[in-house]
Amino acid sequence: MTKPTANTMTNNFEKNSGLTTRDKVEKSLARRRAKETRFRLYGMASVLFGVLCLIALFTDIASKGTAAFKQTSLTTSITLDGDYLNLTKDSTVDEIRFANFDGLIKRHFAKEMKPKSRSDKRELFKLLSSGAGWQIQEMLIADPTLVNSSITFELLMDDDVDQWFKHDRQLSTAETNDRLSDKQLNWLSQWIEQDRLDTHFNTLFFTNGDSREPELAGIHGAIKGTLLTLMVTLILSFPIGIAAAIYLEEFAPRNKLTEIVEININNLAAVPSIIFGLLGMAIFINIFGVSRSTPLLGGLVLTLMTLPTIIISARAAIKSVPPSIREAAYGLGASKNQVVFHHVLPLAMPGMLTGTIIGMAQALGETAPLLMIGMVAFVVDVPGFINDPSTVLPVQIFLWSDSPERAFLERTSGAILVLLSFLIVMNTTAVILRRRLERRW
Amino acid sequence: MNFSSLLIIVLIVLAGAYFLGRNRARAISHQGMRMHSLPNQYGTLMALWTGVPALILLVAWQLLETPIINHLLIAKLPAAMQAAEPAIIELTISKVYNLAASAGINADPSLTPAVEHLIALNERTLLLNSGMALSLCLICLVVTYKRISPNLRARVEMEKIVNALLLASSGVAVLTTIGILASVLLEAWMFFQIVNPLDFLFGTSWSPQVALRADQAGSSGSFGAVPLFAGTVLISLIAMIIAVPIGLMSAIYLSEYASSNVRKYAKPALEVLAGIPTVVYGFFAALTVAPLIRTLGADLGLDVSSESALAAGLVMGIMIIPFVSSLSDDVINAVPQSLRDGSFGLGATKNETIRQVVIPAALPGIVGAIMLAVSRAIGETMIVAMAAGLAANLTANPLDSVTTVTVQIVTLLVGDQEFDSPKTLAAFALGLVLFLTTLILNFVALKIVQKYREQYD
Repeated sequence: MTKPTANTMTNNFEKNSGLTTRDKVEKSLARRRAKETRFRLYGMASVLFGVLCLIALFTDIASKGTAAFKQTSLTTSITLDGDYLNLTKDSTVDEIRFANFDGLIKRHFAKEMKPKSRSDKRELFKLLSSGAGWQIQEMLIADPTLVNSSITFELLMDDDVDQWFKHDRQLSTAETNDRLSDKQLNWLSQWIEQDRLDTHFNTLFFTNGDSREPELAGIHGAIKGTLLTLMVTLILSFPIGIAAAIYLEEFAPRNKLTEIVEININNLAAVPSIIFGLLGMAIFINIFGVSRSTPLLGGLVLTLMTLPTIIISARAAIKSVPPSIREAAYGLGASKNQVVFHHVLPLAMPGMLTGTIIGMAQALGETAPLLMIGMVAFVVDVPGFINDPSTVLPVQIFLWSDSPERAFLERTSGAILVLLSFLIVMNTTAVILRRRLERRW
Repeated sequence: MNFSSLLIIVLIVLAGAYFLGRNRARAISHQGMRMHSLPNQYGTLMALWTGVPALILLVAWQLLETPIINHLLIAKLPAAMQAAEPAIIELTISKVYNLAASAGINADPSLTPAVEHLIALNERTLLLNSGMALSLCLICLVVTYKRISPNLRARVEMEKIVNALLLASSGVAVLTTIGILASVLLEAWMFFQIVNPLDFLFGTSWSPQVALRADQAGSSGSFGAVPLFAGTVLISLIAMIIAVPIGLMSAIYLSEYASSNVRKYAKPALEVLAGIPTVVYGFFAALTVAPLIRTLGADLGLDVSSESALAAGLVMGIMIIPFVSSLSDDVINAVPQSLRDGSFGLGATKNETIRQVVIPAALPGIVGAIMLAVSRAIGETMIVAMAAGLAANLTANPLDSVTTVTVQIVTLLVGDQEFDSPKTLAAFALGLVLFLTTLILNFVALKIVQKYREQYD
């Protein structure tokens, strides 16, 4: 079969359809333009979808979480009866710790509200937080001379009361949750009429460790644990990451071995984080006997996880230093090491710092590997140093999100807001650093 | 003296050595001798020789102390105990530690030799450790100090040490990989001694219960991982159905259509999605998206599980959008302008150019990007741990509850567990499968992307 030339093809075509190419093109133009607009709209819709998801996520969490920064309390005047508490103005801290403040508070409210029966009493006391006695204790430890005087303070309410006061109060009674009885609601409305029940800024959320009682649970312990863990991660991963980047970029011979190391680092950057948890468990805990749940162990695992990120960005920073700088330094008689450490490294530093901050931000939000190495333990105490058991903010969020109480849900969102603000600060710093210090050659 | 105070002492000596070396070199050169190197190079050399060996010793000691002491303690336990199972020995050892810490109160006389041995060991190792580290520090200090002379090639020697340290640092990444492989392989091997690998890979029933007594009914537990693999695939598939078209279209729009102003704000906004911690996505999926889907399903008359695969997959898809979009953005930008110009010159519209020229040219890179995104989806843990279920259902219905490999690893390993039960080991076997799958995906994807880049460089 002979191949028809283009000319004859067109001629046949025109003869068959009676249309010129030009006609065909013009006829199809409207369709093609419509397709163009459609395609463009799909693109816009995709970007919009992404941005809307972001907005939805933020508003959802912010709307759930902002209430966590407020806590309901009852303005209470109470006399610190020294005879009842067995305390004098000269009592030691230990004596104060063992005094029966809960009893004192119960006696006070029994007198004030006059509950009729034993079950009424129980219902009344349920309105108060179990941390109320602890509040007075703290005040007395700070100032023991308060014994026998009358003090007025914001007494913590139970989380059910807190949730009711913040959210359900306006709803009709039929809709309110069934966690509060009519009698309890009656007492609460009495207090509201007396203008004693109010919300205040929730300082405890920032000063307390974890607790089983939502109104007493705070993120101080988790934040401290996070900071300690990140400190270990930074101290280890920054020097090691930069040293590795310098070696690979400046000193490594171009051979098979170096290539393997490079491929290895690139792959390691994409290994699921949970695998690092397995590594930490099998190697650090079971072979080296590092104790579980500690910031030290968490920091070690996160170091291995962030190292590839830091190495890759540090290498990019070194690569961006122009060869002319190196050549000038060589020309002045500098040795290879002097060129690298005196000239290339300072110039690459802003890029390296940016990469490190981004790596740290990644480590800050990481949860999965820390679950494996015991950082899910319920830790009430605020960790003092890197070998104390502790938890970290993302794990705290994970733990709280599992709790059935509504107040914990609110606190989870509150903790997420704190975590996100940390991340925003870190990433903004990275962006500013990059804008300010990074040079374009 | 504990580890941190020893560390501080060594660091102080190290700083002192620097000044000592520098001053000594200065003094010699003041005598009119011509030194090979600069004074601060002598100082740095001194500091390196003083600090590095002692620091290596300290860290190695810190790492090896516990395993060695444990080994010595086991030898001191009663003979009957030594023959017991590893888990029991472990328990006894920790009992010994507690007894030694509380000093004196001993409920179990058979442990007394071990406790006493531990107390003695603790004293001895402390003395030995600090003594060895400090004397190593000082010996190196003195030896290097004596060596300082005009002929000592301090700069060359110092640079050699520094290079060795740099090399060692880049070795950490390799050691990490070896560590991962070793730990996962070893535990998985132990698991496959108990459970047939074929049953594990192709079995369809997953219920990793381990009996407390050997004669208990259903004591064996079943470890067929197919429902897990299916669940992982289902959730990843849902995620990719969301992420690939949206991510790809976003990348096309941002790189080909959007004005620089839109690009300036939309691109970072999408990247913020990638920076949000996965635990936040998990919370969003479990407490907002899942109930939403459930209500929607109820309105439509569908029976939606409260831990549906759809909710987890949907949110995971949102998380992955920025990965796909920023990777494809890079790839699309790497397509040479000349190809586009040629297509426009032939009269093609922008859309035709993109679909028939740019995308085919960028296809390998896009495939690589998608593979990386898939590997991300498979390895994602927190979203599924919070929003997907635990029940190992073998189903393709996205409204049902499924479980994934990562969820099972977390549930099997969180909390206290004995280390040699098949239940724990199963997690490592799953980890091995996960690691190998993602490794292969990443490896191939990176190779494709690299090849593609070279094509247009």
